[in-house]
Amino acid sequence: MALKARHKRFVLIGIGLALIGLAAMLILNAFQSNMVFFYTPTQVEKGEVPKDTGFRIGGLVLENSLKRQDDGLTVHFVITDTAKTVPVIYKGVLPDLFKEGKGVVAQGKVGADGIFMASEVLAKHDENYMPPEAAEALKRAKEQGKTLVMPTT
Amino acid sequence: MIPEIGHFSLILALLVALSLGFLPIIGAARGNAVWMGLARPLARTQFLLIGFSFLCLGYAFATMDYSVTYVAANSNSKLPIQFRIAAVWGGHEGSLLLWALILSVWTVAVSMFSKHLPDDMRARILGVMGLISVGFLLFMLMVSNPFERLIPAAMDGRDLNPLLQDPGMIFHPPMLYMGYVGFSVAFSFAIAALLGGHLDAAWARWSRPWTTAAWVFLTIGIMAGSNWAYYELGWGGWWFWDAVENASFMPWLVGTALIHSLAVTEKRGSFKAWTVLLAICAFSLSLLGTFLVRSGVLTSVHAFATDPRRGVFILAFLVIVIGGSLLLFAWRAPTVGRGGKFDVVSRESFLLANNVLLAVAAISVLLGTLYPLFIDALGYGKISVGPPYFDTVFAPLMTPALFLMGIGPIVRWKNASLPELAMRLRWAFGVSLATAIILPLLLGNLTPMIGLGLFLAFWIIATTVNMVYLRLRGQDQPLFTRVKAIPRAWWGMVIAHLGIAIFTLGVTIVKGFESEIAVRMAPGDVAHLAGYDFTFNGVKEIQGPNYTASRGEIRVSKNGVERTVLASEKRLYTVTNMPMTEAGISPALIHDLYASLGEPLVDGAWSVRIYHKPMVEWIWFGCLMMAFGGMLALSDRRYRIKKRAKNLAEMSEKEVLA
Repeated sequence: MALKARHKRFVLIGIGLALIGLAAMLILNAFQSNMVFFYTPTQVEKGEVPKDTGFRIGGLVLENSLKRQDDGLTVHFVITDTAKTVPVIYKGVLPDLFKEGKGVVAQGKVGADGIFMASEVLAKHDENYMPPEAAEALKRAKEQGKTLVMPTT
Repeated sequence: MIPEIGHFSLILALLVALSLGFLPIIGAARGNAVWMGLARPLARTQFLLIGFSFLCLGYAFATMDYSVTYVAANSNSKLPIQFRIAAVWGGHEGSLLLWALILSVWTVAVSMFSKHLPDDMRARILGVMGLISVGFLLFMLMVSNPFERLIPAAMDGRDLNPLLQDPGMIFHPPMLYMGYVGFSVAFSFAIAALLGGHLDAAWARWSRPWTTAAWVFLTIGIMAGSNWAYYELGWGGWWFWDAVENASFMPWLVGTALIHSLAVTEKRGSFKAWTVLLAICAFSLSLLGTFLVRSGVLTSVHAFATDPRRGVFILAFLVIVIGGSLLLFAWRAPTVGRGGKFDVVSRESFLLANNVLLAVAAISVLLGTLYPLFIDALGYGKISVGPPYFDTVFAPLMTPALFLMGIGPIVRWKNASLPELAMRLRWAFGVSLATAIILPLLLGNLTPMIGLGLFLAFWIIATTVNMVYLRLRGQDQPLFTRVKAIPRAWWGMVIAHLGIAIFTLGVTIVKGFESEIAVRMAPGDVAHLAGYDFTFNGVKEIQGPNYTASRGEIRVSKNGVERTVLASEKRLYTVTNMPMTEAGISPALIHDLYASLGEPLVDGAWSVRIYHKPMVEWIWFGCLMMAFGGMLALSDRRYRIKKRAKNLAEMSEKEVLA
């Protein structure tokens, strides 16, 4: 039995809507589960950060905090928003513009020992330019009037 | 003096653009032939004025005139001449001037190749392009003047961002802008159709070559950008789902959908309103992309605060163009008429599916790109949406799109039979499925994603080969004649689709089989990756024109036989004091070997990253094939014959009148 033209159109529209609904679900679901939130070192110190999922922290690399292990690849450094500090471990090659006293953003998780295990370290590609997250962290610390460590640059 | 002349020329261009934006459109509404006829000379004058202004800025860069703020900010006396010229579009102001110049080039091109269009339509199209130009020229003259003087003049310039000091800078932005701005032609065609209220197969046939041309440029532009990022950033990645990349990818997705829906509008008269909507969206996304990248809003929403007038202008311009054209669409779309009917199984519905999938993909990219900006602007904190989101979304969206791509071109218009299609494609299906399972097993790594990617790539190849074979067989003429007899537009489609297959193959293989290591290497140390031995020869200090560099040599050998030597540099650009890594790459059809220096450690040792990237070059080769397919389609005779016939008709008409 052949479908009438009008019914065919309904079928087409119905299938279309169902598929678009499916796509919307898929997109929103993927979006929800892949959002990465940003926190300042002060928030890390206060324990306001998620335990199981990764997040980003930003701030300045504390002067004289960069240490390298013997393998030449594992690095330890400290990120500060000038109020609080967070120790970070990263294994890999640091970006070109990573420098002590300069802005940095790291993505990763906090371990049981309170050390931030970075899976990714970002420093943007301009000498004068501060990663927005890093700038935000400094701004928030300043607003709260808790600046303890003065940035050196 | 020269910068002032350039500035003045830009002001004159604004006046011309204003005339171009209003007189011909009013003329078309009133049926005034003289006013409509103004469109062509005004378009030419505008091009000459903006072109002259651009040359003036180029001259300021070439002669190192550091009394111009923009030159002082983006150039330096030690900068090699080719980069000093490319620095013209290295910053916000100059890239807007390039945008305006390219818009005037497209406008002149339309005025030259539109003799076959009805007078009122041509007048409206050129008028709309003039209005867009008004927006950009106003923006430049009011808040982003590239000719602004710096008093007192700087002794020397602050230099071009070292990242941009690369041959990629010479080709990538102009190509990308040719693509972005090229969609303004399709946009203007759409607006002209809405204003005039008639939209037929002829309209679609006239719009098609322009849309394809813009798409070709955009494809090449994106490909060049991806390749540039691959060798310049030193991380071996070719696509980062960075907001800047997304900004160029969204118009590409919508533009691709537009090319396909235009085909339906031309051949079957369907999808009219949808085609117009896509044309509006493609250009709106191009505008959005230009401003996202150029306004600084991506680096920080608060970048607007440095010059709030810019932000307000950009937002107002976007609202006027996008909002205005969508309003016009809502008001006038019902007048463009409905298309022919078609069945659930027909080429129309396959192309509809293609369009819906591409549009949804574009929306998903838009969401991932803009949502974090909104959240930040509203003060709800900072979030980022990284590559995992886009990867998760794109695989399920592109899988049906690529699968349907194998079937769409062989399905009949209006209605087709599913069982017949299944019969015809069973071999192609079997062959691609078998290849997708056996090949990864031979290579020693079968995962669902690799299997799926290979299946889709071989599916497109197999169905395309099947289609070409069926179209060529069974005639007794020589093969060459048979190939020539088929329109070039069809061959263009074949090659572009094969390009997608090659691209998919490259992406699948490189994602599935790439490997990398990061190691500490002292001179003489050997690292092993993918069966190759990488020997570090140590680092030499070298002096570049405006940088110093440590150049590290890495010898690559396999089973004791030397294959190639990779040279990676860690440069320090002296003016900006910015370090930069130049990767050492040995590209080949089968795989790239890629090494880049990390940081100096003690005793002449360095941290070094080494990558093995199988078939990565296929990604860009696939893009080039797509672009070549587009070019082939552009050269199709039917776009020219119609014009010639029309010219002849016009001429004989004149003779009759005489």
